[in-house]
Amino acid sequence: MNAPIPTGADERHLPPAPPPPLFLDFWSGISQNNPVFVQMLGLCPAMAVSNSVINGLAMGVATVFVLVCSSFLISAVRHYIASEVRLTSYILIIATFVTVADMVLAAGFPEISKALGPFIPLIVVNCIILGRAEAFAGKVGPLRAVADALGMGFGFTLALLMVSAFRELLGSGSLLGIRVFGPRFEPWVFMIMPPGGFLTLGLIFLVMGWRLDHAARRGKGMAS
Amino acid sequence: MSNLAWIFFSTLLVNNFTLAMFLGLCSFFGVTSKVDTAWRLGAANTFVLVITSVSVWLLNTFVLAKTPFLRTIAFIVVIASTVQIVEMIIKKYLPVLFRELGIYLPLITTNCAILGLALFQTSRSYTFVEGLVFAFGAGLGLTLALTLMASIRERIDVADVPAMARRMGLVLVVASCLSMAFMGFAGLGSQ
Repeated sequence: MNAPIPTGADERHLPPAPPPPLFLDFWSGISQNNPVFVQMLGLCPAMAVSNSVINGLAMGVATVFVLVCSSFLISAVRHYIASEVRLTSYILIIATFVTVADMVLAAGFPEISKALGPFIPLIVVNCIILGRAEAFAGKVGPLRAVADALGMGFGFTLALLMVSAFRELLGSGSLLGIRVFGPRFEPWVFMIMPPGGFLTLGLIFLVMGWRLDHAARRGKGMAS
Repeated sequence: MSNLAWIFFSTLLVNNFTLAMFLGLCSFFGVTSKVDTAWRLGAANTFVLVITSVSVWLLNTFVLAKTPFLRTIAFIVVIASTVQIVEMIIKKYLPVLFRELGIYLPLITTNCAILGLALFQTSRSYTFVEGLVFAFGAGLGLTLALTLMASIRERIDVADVPAMARRMGLVLVVASCLSMAFMGFAGLGSQ
């Protein structure tokens, strides 16, 4: 007789609405498919330019620029590129944007450009960009390609910032050039040298491996 | 003459492309599970490096003097073509090696070491012979690093490694130790 009055309680039992695919494209590049920590691509710049935060940030920004622009262009012209010359066309498009980034950096921030040295042109062979172009940008529309490129680029920059903050803090006692520790701090110079780069990334991977192993063992314990 | 020897030894040991300059790391971590594959890929890399060095010298001398902004694009196109040709030659004359290297042969194109060599050679304005010696040193340095890492990993794979350090954690720490060891060569040859 009395129809049940709809209360808000019913909606709580419904599954949450799935996030729009565009946001998923963006977010997966930062967390589940992080290019450095999960896919293990782009390790060369992750260790080479991460001896100070400003260098890492500059490299990250340059990579995001090249990623977004080349993903957009590749996705926009994907129907007009013959399959045989796919990779060569991608490399040419990426190389053009890298040249632009290199020139802008050399003109606007000459000290950073000199500190990064040849690693800005080396963005061309950064496996992340070619890998995403091949796997994603060449197959989906421009909007999704740009979202994915932004996510991957931010994920890469995040990884670079983590590594370079750790290295600069211990190796120079500063962050972004600002001294953090007092004048009696003896910097651990090893950290800003090549072995320090390997060790920092290794420590991060060890912590990740520990957490994965911990979660796996907890999962097995609950199941049995 | 001593300049050439210095270039060779500094690239081989002091400024090793993999352990000091962070170039060629994808193959360093990807292809070093077996010593045989590692040194054969190192040999293929050396071959491509030498050819690239010659092509880069030719490009720099005759073409790029007027158009320096085309440098990156020209280098990468030359490298991609060189790797394609090397791949075809190996497929025809050394089919067993071709099957063994598999996907890693075309991946030499994206090996930072090749483009890195081109860029270093240009920025240091090496002559033809200096460039060749540089390429040999770089290739042998790559092979040395690859072989060392592969021989260590072969032993790690049968050792009792805690679960958290499997895959990349232990490999990176080992690479850090190798790099530390090679830092012992710093200052070699300087008077």
